[in-house]
Amino acid sequence: MTRLLPGGVALAILALLVGGALGALLWTAPAIDLGALWADAYLRHVISFTIWQASLSAALSIGFAIPVARALARRQAFPGREAILRLFGLPLVIPTIVAVFGIVAIYGQVGLLNRLTAALGLPTQQYLYGLPGILIAHVFFNLPLAVRLMLPVWQAIPGELWRLSAQLGMRSGQIFRLIEWPLLRQVLPGVAGLVFMLCFTSFAVVLTLGGGPASTTVEVAIYQALRFEFDLGRAVLLALVQLLLCGALIALGQSLARPVTLAPTPQRPHDRPDLAPLGGRIADAIAIAAGTTLVLLPILAVLYAGVTGPIGVVLGDPRLWDAALRSLGVALAAGVLSLAFGWAMLLTSRELRLRRYRPRAADAIEVSGSAVLVVTPLVLGTGFFVLLSPIADVFALALVLVVIVNAIMGLPYVIRVLGPPVMRVAEQHDRLCASLGISGWNRFRLVEWPAVRRSAGLALALCAALATGDLGAIALFGTQDTTTLPLLMYQRMASYQMEQAAVTALVLVGLCLLLFVIIERGVGGRGRA
Amino acid sequence: MAELDIENLTFRYEDMVMSFTLRVESGEMLAIIGPSGAGKSTLLSLIAGFDRPESGRVRIDGRDVTGLSPAARPVTTLFQDHNLFAHLDAAANVGLGIHPGLRLTAADRERVYHALKQVGLDGLERRLPGQLSGGERQRVALARSLVRNRPILLLDEPFAALGPALRREMLDLVDEMRKARGLTVLLVSHHPEDARYAAARTAFVHAGKILAVDETSRLLAGESAPELRAYLGELESGEAP
Repeated sequence: MTRLLPGGVALAILALLVGGALGALLWTAPAIDLGALWADAYLRHVISFTIWQASLSAALSIGFAIPVARALARRQAFPGREAILRLFGLPLVIPTIVAVFGIVAIYGQVGLLNRLTAALGLPTQQYLYGLPGILIAHVFFNLPLAVRLMLPVWQAIPGELWRLSAQLGMRSGQIFRLIEWPLLRQVLPGVAGLVFMLCFTSFAVVLTLGGGPASTTVEVAIYQALRFEFDLGRAVLLALVQLLLCGALIALGQSLARPVTLAPTPQRPHDRPDLAPLGGRIADAIAIAAGTTLVLLPILAVLYAGVTGPIGVVLGDPRLWDAALRSLGVALAAGVLSLAFGWAMLLTSRELRLRRYRPRAADAIEVSGSAVLVVTPLVLGTGFFVLLSPIADVFALALVLVVIVNAIMGLPYVIRVLGPPVMRVAEQHDRLCASLGISGWNRFRLVEWPAVRRSAGLALALCAALATGDLGAIALFGTQDTTTLPLLMYQRMASYQMEQAAVTALVLVGLCLLLFVIIERGVGGRGRA
Repeated sequence: MAELDIENLTFRYEDMVMSFTLRVESGEMLAIIGPSGAGKSTLLSLIAGFDRPESGRVRIDGRDVTGLSPAARPVTTLFQDHNLFAHLDAAANVGLGIHPGLRLTAADRERVYHALKQVGLDGLERRLPGQLSGGERQRVALARSLVRNRPILLLDEPFAALGPALRREMLDLVDEMRKARGLTVLLVSHHPEDARYAAARTAFVHAGKILAVDETSRLLAGESAPELRAYLGELESGEAP
């Protein structure tokens, strides 16, 4: 029984937290005049805009990602390829508000592009705030993500198929139509669904670049209702709407996603036959250059603005260091909690799957870890708000709530990253451990930890970095006394102290990346593969 | 009908330097045996044009094809695995041998149908590779080689995963095709009994060289080289041919 305990306890706590928050939402709901709110034209506008921007964002991200991914897959060995792939991993980790700052610095009214057009004597354009800004930011975040998710499709194509296509005399277009596209089509629903979901629930981007009520998503509307209109009823209704829509979207995504069937063979790899033509080389170069520029420019803009900003003034401000310390604490606490909960659930799921032959129960545990994707930070936050405000001062509890919300948000990453190695180590070594009598602490020390250490380091680093950049929960609960770095930066941007915001951005992104690297190397061990 | 002439073909892979010289008569089935890693598959890759030699010539019917792309050579290759596109049905996989973009006329479709019938797969045109057995998948690949109609067929252990009876059945099918169309067939195998069953002549490849080429029964007696005796082992070489 003890072997089922860790996951059982984790699941119970998770159910208590999420269930409590959602229960409070549902319990409050009947007291509100749902009919009247539903008839509200503004609400309908918010919902349709949310879906519209997410659809456009996903279509643009995926549409641009396909040629970039194909170009990177075709050109396996050019100088800088590794660096580009690493660059494409950055948008997942750097805080949203930092990237938004970089995007404003490039595309904003006094951004790089407008300064270039002004220098050429052309009229400058004011276009960023509203739908264009939201789309640019979403493509910045999701194009590289989609590229990285799609690249394994090419790795899975066996060398024999390239030899075969060479022998059959297939051209580039035919290869795309007959080999690459059918394989891509299998993963596209999953990738597109994920990107759509991320854009659908996007908060910081829409908050900062939406520019007004005309371009507001459900997630931002919840925040507005709670923090500015003090309309708890509207916030609860919006949270329930968000919960319903996300649930429906995830259910839809699950039914569409299919696994890729090809497996790579140990055979010597073989170059594909369409590498030589000049047209293809030029097209690939353009795709790679465009994708890289899109991701690199805002990051460089942040670095440049930060380095040339009033460093002394900002660093001399004790509020910055208070905020940095709070961010660090939130990141570590949320990361450790995520890892502990996720790991506990995986151990129990493994026990059920491999040793008690209860795969469905095991699935149920893992799914419930990932099911938290249904709740967004603002939905969860609103739930806690409703649940706790009658009995406590939620703003005094701000940092605790931010840690809890971020720990829950990190769970799906832990399950995804840590799940496969945790399962593999049992499949490979259970019998040997049983026959040698290795168990308990010895088993953890000698067998489990060496096998999962790298994944555990990555999972913890990822959760900590994401929590460092959180602007959802903290925007909801944060006050003057509980400001974290992202909130401080947002406040400075909102009051047009762009130079101070720039230096804050540099500190924030530095903290985030440093935390990521130190945890990944430190916990994951030096042997990186 | 086509004869194959390989002259001092050299190729370097990691530390191994390979050099091949071989003549294959028009319409013959030649078996190629040897330990794994000896260069059997590399030899076929060089003939098919997947790999480029550092020096040497491949001539087919006297024509130098060393510089030609794989598609331009009068050669079809069958691999052990992945001869088919998993998401295309049997008929489409065969049709690719007629047009690499699958633009097929009604007459082309008729040819596909007949080719599948010839290899004993009529009625299975719409099946995906995943719905076919291992032997049936290789039959589809053979059907494609029929519609491609190239005079040289290179078999890179395509039947290795099949059981003895099925392997013999497939070799019979290949031999039928060879006789009917005058194909020149090179059969790489790690089963000497395949060579004995299907090939009049056999070549022994060792460490990137062709150490011996002879009538199959004579070669399998193991007299020609100590490496061959070591490869075959006492039991094998002691067996009656």
